[in-house]
Amino acid sequence: MSQTAIDTAGAGRGSFNSYLTGFALSLILTAIPFALVMSGAWSFSVTLAAILCAGIVQILVHLHYFLHLGASSAARWNVLALMFTLAIMVLFVGGTIWIMFNLYHRMM
Amino acid sequence: MMSTDASTIDLAHNEAVEHPDTVGMQALGFWLYLMSDLIIFATLFATFAVLGRNYAGGPTGKELFELPYVLGETLLLLFSSVTYGLVMLAVYNGRKKQVLIGLAVTFLLGLGFVLMEVNEFHSLIARGHGPDVSAFLSSYFTLVGTHGTHVTFGLIWMAVMIGQVAVKGLNSPVQSRLMRLSMFWHFLDIVWIGIFSIVYLMGVM
Repeated sequence: MSQTAIDTAGAGRGSFNSYLTGFALSLILTAIPFALVMSGAWSFSVTLAAILCAGIVQILVHLHYFLHLGASSAARWNVLALMFTLAIMVLFVGGTIWIMFNLYHRMM
Repeated sequence: MMSTDASTIDLAHNEAVEHPDTVGMQALGFWLYLMSDLIIFATLFATFAVLGRNYAGGPTGKELFELPYVLGETLLLLFSSVTYGLVMLAVYNGRKKQVLIGLAVTFLLGLGFVLMEVNEFHSLIARGHGPDVSAFLSSYFTLVGTHGTHVTFGLIWMAVMIGQVAVKGLNSPVQSRLMRLSMFWHFLDIVWIGIFSIVYLMGVM
Protein backbone atom coordinates (compact mmCIF):
# COMPACT_ATOMS: atom_id res chain seq x y z
CA MET A 1 0.00 0.00 0.00
CA SER A 2 2.74 2.38 0.97
CA GLN A 3 4.49 1.89 -2.34
CA THR A 4 1.43 2.84 -4.36
CA ALA A 5 0.75 5.72 -2.01
CA ILE A 6 4.25 7.09 -2.66
CA ASP A 7 3.76 6.52 -6.39
CA THR A 8 0.73 8.78 -6.63
CA ALA A 9 2.17 11.40 -4.28
CA GLY A 10 2.69 14.92 -5.51
CA ALA A 11 6.45 14.95 -5.75
CA GLY A 12 6.69 11.87 -7.96
CA ARG A 13 9.82 9.74 -8.07
CA GLY A 14 12.99 9.71 -10.06
CA SER A 15 15.52 7.14 -11.14
CA PHE A 16 19.26 6.91 -10.62
CA ASN A 17 19.84 8.16 -14.16
CA SER A 18 17.51 11.14 -13.78
CA TYR A 19 19.30 12.24 -10.58
CA LEU A 20 22.67 11.80 -12.32
CA THR A 21 21.51 13.81 -15.34
CA GLY A 22 20.14 16.56 -13.10
CA PHE A 23 23.39 16.63 -11.14
CA ALA A 24 25.56 16.90 -14.26
CA LEU A 25 23.38 19.67 -15.74
CA SER A 26 23.40 21.55 -12.41
CA LEU A 27 27.20 21.36 -12.19
CA ILE A 28 27.54 22.80 -15.69
CA LEU A 29 24.93 25.51 -15.06
CA THR A 30 26.70 26.47 -11.81
CA ALA A 31 30.16 26.47 -13.38
CA ILE A 32 29.21 28.72 -16.31
CA PRO A 33 28.09 31.85 -14.37
CA PHE A 34 30.86 31.47 -11.75
CA ALA A 35 33.51 31.15 -14.49
CA LEU A 36 32.11 34.15 -16.37
CA VAL A 37 32.10 36.41 -13.31
CA MET A 38 35.49 35.22 -12.00
CA SER A 39 37.22 35.63 -15.36
CA GLY A 40 35.38 38.83 -16.27
CA ALA A 41 35.76 37.80 -19.88
CA TRP A 42 32.50 39.26 -21.14
CA SER A 43 30.97 42.71 -20.83
CA PHE A 44 28.74 43.63 -17.87
CA SER A 45 25.36 43.31 -19.59
CA VAL A 46 26.19 40.05 -21.37
CA THR A 47 27.46 38.49 -18.14
CA LEU A 48 24.33 39.68 -16.33
CA ALA A 49 22.10 38.07 -18.95
CA ALA A 50 24.16 34.85 -18.80
CA ILE A 51 23.80 34.67 -14.99
CA LEU A 52 20.02 35.12 -15.23
CA CYS A 53 19.64 32.57 -18.02
CA ALA A 54 21.84 29.95 -16.28
CA GLY A 55 19.94 30.53 -13.02
CA ILE A 56 16.50 30.13 -14.58
CA VAL A 57 17.54 27.03 -16.54
CA GLN A 58 19.10 25.50 -13.42
CA ILE A 59 15.88 26.12 -11.45
CA LEU A 60 13.94 24.34 -14.21
CA VAL A 61 16.47 21.48 -14.14
CA HIS A 62 16.00 21.12 -10.37
CA LEU A 63 12.21 21.23 -10.66
CA HIS A 64 12.26 18.56 -13.35
CA TYR A 65 14.99 16.17 -12.22
CA PHE A 66 14.85 16.57 -8.41
CA LEU A 67 11.25 17.56 -7.66
CA HIS A 68 9.85 15.64 -10.66
CA LEU A 69 7.38 18.30 -11.67
CA GLY A 70 5.88 17.70 -15.07
CA ALA A 71 2.68 17.24 -17.00
CA SER A 72 1.71 14.02 -15.19
CA SER A 73 -1.64 14.12 -13.43
CA ALA A 74 -0.01 13.53 -10.03
CA ALA A 75 2.02 16.71 -10.35
CA ARG A 76 -0.74 18.81 -11.91
CA TRP A 77 -1.89 20.50 -8.70
CA ASN A 78 1.71 21.14 -7.68
CA VAL A 79 2.42 22.83 -11.01
CA LEU A 80 -0.81 24.83 -10.74
CA ALA A 81 0.11 26.05 -7.24
CA LEU A 82 3.61 26.90 -8.48
CA MET A 83 2.18 28.92 -11.40
CA PHE A 84 -0.07 30.86 -9.02
CA THR A 85 2.87 31.50 -6.68
CA LEU A 86 5.03 32.66 -9.59
CA ALA A 87 2.30 35.14 -10.58
CA ILE A 88 2.28 36.55 -7.03
CA MET A 89 6.09 36.68 -7.02
CA VAL A 90 6.11 38.65 -10.28
CA LEU A 91 3.64 41.12 -8.73
CA PHE A 92 5.67 41.40 -5.50
CA VAL A 93 9.17 41.59 -6.92
CA GLY A 94 8.32 43.35 -10.19
CA GLY A 95 5.99 45.83 -8.49
CA THR A 96 8.48 46.60 -5.72
CA ILE A 97 11.34 47.18 -8.13
CA TRP A 98 9.14 49.27 -10.43
CA ILE A 99 7.83 51.56 -7.68
CA MET A 100 11.08 51.95 -5.77
CA PHE A 101 13.27 52.64 -8.81
CA ASN A 102 10.66 55.04 -10.15
CA LEU A 103 10.86 56.91 -6.82
CA TYR A 104 14.65 56.73 -6.94
CA HIS A 105 14.81 58.39 -10.34
CA ARG A 106 12.31 61.09 -9.32
CA MET A 107 14.41 61.93 -6.27
CA MET A 108 17.60 62.26 -8.30
CA MET B 1 4.75 18.53 10.14
CA MET B 2 5.95 15.18 11.37
CA SER B 3 4.15 14.09 14.44
CA THR B 4 5.57 11.18 16.32
CA ASP B 5 2.45 10.98 18.44
CA ALA B 6 1.08 7.46 18.29
CA SER B 7 -2.58 8.52 18.08
CA THR B 8 -1.85 10.78 15.12
CA ILE B 9 -0.19 7.92 13.27
CA ASP B 10 -3.17 5.70 13.97
CA LEU B 11 -5.41 8.44 12.66
CA ALA B 12 -3.31 8.65 9.52
CA HIS B 13 -3.66 4.92 9.10
CA ASN B 14 -7.42 5.04 9.51
CA GLU B 15 -7.68 7.86 7.04
CA ALA B 16 -5.53 5.93 4.62
CA VAL B 17 -8.21 3.27 4.53
CA GLU B 18 -10.84 5.80 3.52
CA HIS B 19 -8.59 7.96 1.34
CA PRO B 20 -6.05 5.83 -0.52
CA ASP B 21 -4.10 8.93 -1.50
CA THR B 22 -3.42 10.31 2.00
CA VAL B 23 0.32 10.47 1.31
CA GLY B 24 -0.36 12.39 -1.89
CA MET B 25 -2.64 14.81 -0.04
CA GLN B 26 0.03 15.34 2.62
CA ALA B 27 2.63 15.96 -0.08
CA LEU B 28 0.37 18.49 -1.80
CA GLY B 29 -0.33 20.23 1.52
CA PHE B 30 3.39 20.44 2.21
CA TRP B 31 3.95 21.76 -1.32
CA LEU B 32 1.46 24.56 -0.59
CA TYR B 33 3.48 25.41 2.53
CA LEU B 34 6.63 25.52 0.36
CA MET B 35 4.87 27.91 -2.02
CA SER B 36 4.03 30.26 0.88
CA ASP B 37 7.67 30.00 1.94
CA LEU B 38 8.65 30.90 -1.60
CA ILE B 39 6.63 34.12 -1.26
CA ILE B 40 8.57 34.97 1.91
CA PHE B 41 11.80 34.54 -0.03
CA ALA B 42 10.36 36.59 -2.91
CA THR B 43 9.72 39.53 -0.56
CA LEU B 44 13.26 39.20 0.85
CA PHE B 45 14.69 39.11 -2.70
CA ALA B 46 12.61 42.20 -3.56
CA THR B 47 13.97 43.96 -0.46
CA PHE B 48 17.51 43.04 -1.44
CA ALA B 49 16.90 44.22 -5.02
CA VAL B 50 15.88 47.64 -3.70
CA LEU B 51 18.47 48.01 -0.90
CA GLY B 52 21.34 45.90 -2.26
CA ARG B 53 23.32 48.86 -3.62
CA ASN B 54 22.75 51.23 -0.67
CA TYR B 55 26.19 50.90 0.92
CA ALA B 56 25.94 53.99 3.19
CA GLY B 57 29.70 54.46 2.90
CA GLY B 58 30.26 50.87 4.04
CA PRO B 59 31.83 48.03 2.06
CA THR B 60 30.37 46.80 -1.22
CA GLY B 61 29.65 43.22 -2.23
CA LYS B 62 32.70 43.34 -4.46
CA GLU B 63 34.93 43.99 -1.45
CA LEU B 64 33.28 41.42 0.84
CA PHE B 65 32.29 38.35 -1.18
CA GLU B 66 34.78 35.60 -2.03
CA LEU B 67 33.41 33.66 -4.98
CA PRO B 68 35.49 30.47 -4.51
CA TYR B 69 34.07 30.22 -0.98
CA VAL B 70 30.51 30.70 -2.28
CA LEU B 71 31.18 28.09 -4.97
CA GLY B 72 32.19 25.68 -2.20
CA GLU B 73 28.91 26.33 -0.35
CA THR B 74 26.99 25.86 -3.60
CA LEU B 75 28.66 22.53 -4.34
CA LEU B 76 27.99 21.23 -0.81
CA LEU B 77 24.29 22.00 -1.17
CA LEU B 78 24.13 20.56 -4.69
CA PHE B 79 25.88 17.33 -3.61
CA SER B 80 23.49 17.05 -0.65
CA SER B 81 20.51 17.40 -2.99
CA VAL B 82 21.76 14.50 -5.09
CA THR B 83 22.55 12.29 -2.08
CA TYR B 84 19.04 12.95 -0.76
CA GLY B 85 17.68 11.90 -4.15
CA LEU B 86 19.60 8.64 -3.77
CA VAL B 87 18.08 8.28 -0.27
CA MET B 88 14.59 8.42 -1.82
CA LEU B 89 15.57 5.72 -4.34
CA ALA B 90 16.75 3.53 -1.44
CA VAL B 91 13.44 4.25 0.35
CA TYR B 92 11.45 3.02 -2.67
CA ASN B 93 13.61 -0.11 -2.77
CA GLY B 94 13.14 -0.66 0.98
CA ARG B 95 16.88 -0.61 1.73
CA LYS B 96 17.01 0.65 5.30
CA LYS B 97 20.79 0.60 5.68
CA GLN B 98 21.33 2.57 2.47
CA VAL B 99 18.70 5.07 3.62
CA LEU B 100 20.51 5.60 6.93
CA ILE B 101 23.93 5.99 5.27
CA GLY B 102 22.48 8.36 2.66
CA LEU B 103 20.74 10.48 5.28
CA ALA B 104 23.95 10.67 7.33
CA VAL B 105 25.97 11.79 4.28
CA THR B 106 23.30 14.35 3.33
CA PHE B 107 23.25 15.60 6.92
CA LEU B 108 27.03 16.07 6.96
CA LEU B 109 27.00 17.93 3.61
CA GLY B 110 24.19 20.18 4.87
CA LEU B 111 26.03 20.72 8.15
CA GLY B 112 29.14 21.69 6.16
CA PHE B 113 27.09 24.27 4.29
CA VAL B 114 25.65 25.76 7.50
CA LEU B 115 29.07 25.85 9.17
CA MET B 116 30.59 27.61 6.14
CA GLU B 117 27.80 30.17 6.25
CA VAL B 118 28.12 30.71 10.01
CA ASN B 119 31.87 31.16 9.52
CA GLU B 120 31.21 33.67 6.72
CA PHE B 121 28.76 35.66 8.86
CA HIS B 122 31.10 35.52 11.84
CA SER B 123 34.08 36.81 9.89
CA LEU B 124 31.96 39.61 8.35
CA ILE B 125 30.72 40.76 11.75
CA ALA B 126 34.17 40.36 13.34
CA ARG B 127 35.63 42.65 10.66
CA GLY B 128 32.96 45.25 11.48
CA HIS B 129 30.69 44.51 8.51
CA GLY B 130 27.62 43.47 10.51
CA PRO B 131 23.98 43.96 9.49
CA ASP B 132 23.89 47.37 11.22
CA VAL B 133 26.43 48.93 8.83
CA SER B 134 24.26 49.59 5.77
CA ALA B 135 20.94 48.76 4.12
CA PHE B 136 22.88 46.46 1.77
CA LEU B 137 24.26 44.41 4.67
CA SER B 138 20.91 44.41 6.53
CA SER B 139 19.08 42.96 3.52
CA TYR B 140 22.00 40.60 2.78
CA PHE B 141 22.03 39.13 6.31
CA THR B 142 18.22 38.84 6.36
CA LEU B 143 17.95 37.06 3.02
CA VAL B 144 20.94 34.72 3.34
CA GLY B 145 20.30 34.21 7.07
CA THR B 146 16.68 33.19 6.47
CA HIS B 147 17.85 30.58 3.97
CA GLY B 148 20.51 29.36 6.41
CA THR B 149 17.89 29.07 9.16
CA HIS B 150 15.73 26.97 6.85
CA VAL B 151 18.67 24.66 6.13
CA THR B 152 19.34 24.39 9.88
CA PHE B 153 15.75 23.35 10.55
CA GLY B 154 16.04 20.89 7.65
CA LEU B 155 19.08 19.40 9.42
CA ILE B 156 17.12 19.05 12.69
CA TRP B 157 14.30 17.36 10.75
CA MET B 158 16.84 15.08 9.07
CA ALA B 159 18.38 14.09 12.42
CA VAL B 160 14.90 13.20 13.69
CA MET B 161 14.25 11.15 10.56
CA ILE B 162 17.54 9.23 10.99
CA GLY B 163 16.25 8.30 14.44
CA GLN B 164 12.81 7.34 13.14
CA VAL B 165 14.20 5.17 10.33
CA ALA B 166 16.56 3.46 12.78
CA VAL B 167 13.82 2.80 15.37
CA LYS B 168 10.61 2.41 13.34
CA GLY B 169 12.02 1.22 10.03
CA LEU B 170 10.62 2.29 6.67
CA ASN B 171 6.92 2.14 7.48
CA SER B 172 4.36 4.19 5.58
CA PRO B 173 4.32 7.35 7.78
CA VAL B 174 8.13 7.42 7.88
CA GLN B 175 8.30 7.09 4.07
CA SER B 176 5.79 9.91 3.74
CA ARG B 177 7.84 12.17 6.03
CA LEU B 178 11.07 11.32 4.19
CA MET B 179 9.40 12.36 0.95
CA ARG B 180 8.26 15.70 2.37
CA LEU B 181 11.76 16.32 3.72
CA SER B 182 13.10 15.64 0.21
CA MET B 183 10.73 18.31 -1.16
CA PHE B 184 11.93 20.74 1.54
CA TRP B 185 15.60 19.98 0.83
CA HIS B 186 15.36 20.33 -2.97
CA PHE B 187 13.32 23.51 -2.49
CA LEU B 188 16.09 25.06 -0.37
CA ASP B 189 18.63 24.21 -3.07
CA ILE B 190 16.45 26.05 -5.60
CA VAL B 191 16.29 29.14 -3.35
CA TRP B 192 20.09 28.98 -3.07
CA ILE B 193 20.38 29.19 -6.89
CA GLY B 194 18.60 32.55 -6.63
CA ILE B 195 20.89 33.66 -3.79
CA PHE B 196 24.21 32.82 -5.43
CA SER B 197 23.06 34.30 -8.76
CA ILE B 198 21.53 37.55 -7.51
CA VAL B 199 23.31 38.25 -4.23
CA TYR B 200 26.82 36.93 -4.79
CA LEU B 201 27.50 36.82 -8.54
CA MET B 202 25.68 40.05 -9.38
CA GLY B 203 26.98 41.63 -6.17
CA VAL B 204 30.57 41.06 -7.22
CA MET B 205 30.13 42.42 -10.74
